[in-house]
Amino acid sequence: MKELICITCPKGCHLKVDEETFAVTGNSCPRGAVYGANELRNPVRVVTSTVVVDGPARRLPVKTDRPIPKSKIFEVMDEIAKVRVKAPVRVGDVLIPNAAGTDGNVVATKSLP
Amino acid sequence: MTKAELVIIGGGPAGLAAALSAWESGVRDILILERDHQAGGILNQCIHNGFGLHYFKEELTGPEYAGRFIEMLRDTDVRVRTDTMVLDLTADRVLHTVSPEHGYEAIQAGAIVLAMGCRERTRGAISIPGARCSGIFTAGAAQRFLNIEGYMVGKRVVILGSGDIGLIMARRMTLEGAKVLACVELMPYSGGLNRNIVQCLNDFDIPLYLSHTVTDVRGKDRLEQVTVSKVDENRRPIPGTEMVFDCDTLLLSVGLLPENELSRQAGVEIDPHTNGPVVWENCETSIPGVFACGNVLHVHDLVDYVTAESMRAGKAAAEFLQGGERTGEAVPLEPGSGVGYTVPQRFRRDAADKLQIFFRVRRIYRDAFIAVYDGERRIARFKREHMAPGEMENVAIPAMFLKNITGGPLSVRIEED
Repeated sequence: MKELICITCPKGCHLKVDEETFAVTGNSCPRGAVYGANELRNPVRVVTSTVVVDGPARRLPVKTDRPIPKSKIFEVMDEIAKVRVKAPVRVGDVLIPNAAGTDGNVVATKSLP
Repeated sequence: MTKAELVIIGGGPAGLAAALSAWESGVRDILILERDHQAGGILNQCIHNGFGLHYFKEELTGPEYAGRFIEMLRDTDVRVRTDTMVLDLTADRVLHTVSPEHGYEAIQAGAIVLAMGCRERTRGAISIPGARCSGIFTAGAAQRFLNIEGYMVGKRVVILGSGDIGLIMARRMTLEGAKVLACVELMPYSGGLNRNIVQCLNDFDIPLYLSHTVTDVRGKDRLEQVTVSKVDENRRPIPGTEMVFDCDTLLLSVGLLPENELSRQAGVEIDPHTNGPVVWENCETSIPGVFACGNVLHVHDLVDYVTAESMRAGKAAAEFLQGGERTGEAVPLEPGSGVGYTVPQRFRRDAADKLQIFFRVRRIYRDAFIAVYDGERRIARFKREHMAPGEMENVAIPAMFLKNITGGPLSVRIEED
């Protein structure tokens, strides 16, 4: 049994995951069961950062639109560091499609006029 | 003097939700005063995800969460006045304001919602010894520099305090190429959410030193070294346990203080436990027609809870404007053993269909009970598997339990048997 703390939401449930069957106990919602099993097989995270923007602000906040493998976090950060965008921007605009080959897109998380 | 039906001080998550709720309850003349150049408050610099699971049922970043409310308010006639500072507030609900656009202006409000949020405790508040060099920031100031202004504040970082902002900044600085050497916590447990210990420290192998503190700071112009020592159960440093870290930056995440200067000027009664206003069950302060919600009332750990509380405050302000002050027999509510504070601090017996009580426990509990007492008689008990000071708790007492109480005080206690 592997003991984990669920990070799906701020509640932080204490999970127990079976290392062979990936069965999860201690979760208080179905998302916790998915997280617990994935965390042992292929841990993933949403990456958030900012990019340089020409417009009414200096930085534009961004995120990956889905959790990406933990091992790819710094490769995605390298791609984010190269991006420079021009306002106007809308929330959800794709700035880097398929970031670092993860299938996740880096999208804007704020609208700028 | 200008007039406004409802004035909301602060355009962060609390102010935005209070405005939306008051609008939905029928108030049509609503003015939000915000001192920054944009609405959204601290959410603008909280670019990480994890917001909105309760309210929007999806995981959003701070700017996205704020953006949703700003969009919803765009469909209303609620006015948001930015770059506006409230200088003074009086008990008869007059606000003295100043802004580049309007200059000095006095506004008479029919009702007011206090939504000024909180600010960080600084080095001065916790008396760190050592040199007065540069390179020492509160975690939130560093977060603003990095996420809004685009400046990295340092390369080799020690973080004092394991509050959520400190943990979030440990990850953020690491992602941007800094080396975070340690997160140091005075208490034997973290003040932050468990999920943040996992995804901000453990993911990047950043050590967390519990029961440790900073005992020396060295550096001529810029910070060069920080000494960290273990502390005993009385939180006093133990000689001989010193560790020295070569670093150029020390970030402080050592607590938040509700920002109640205006509330005090107006004469609002303040609770020494929360450092926020004493409120009734509807978020009304000791001054009729003045309401408080969000981090100015008590420091929250989830913005979703700020939204829920502020929705109640906005609705209550609307009720006050439409029907006058609530009446009813007052019952005091007190923190009992194991409980640090309660919000509200008093309630009117017949006012609501249920009484929601928010509080924090004083230490970590496993398999314990939250018990509510009327004097010495227990009227309700709720089981919890896990409780920690870093996680706000709440219980709801149904009205049927409140009908028969003898006048209190009602108290909330933690029981372990």
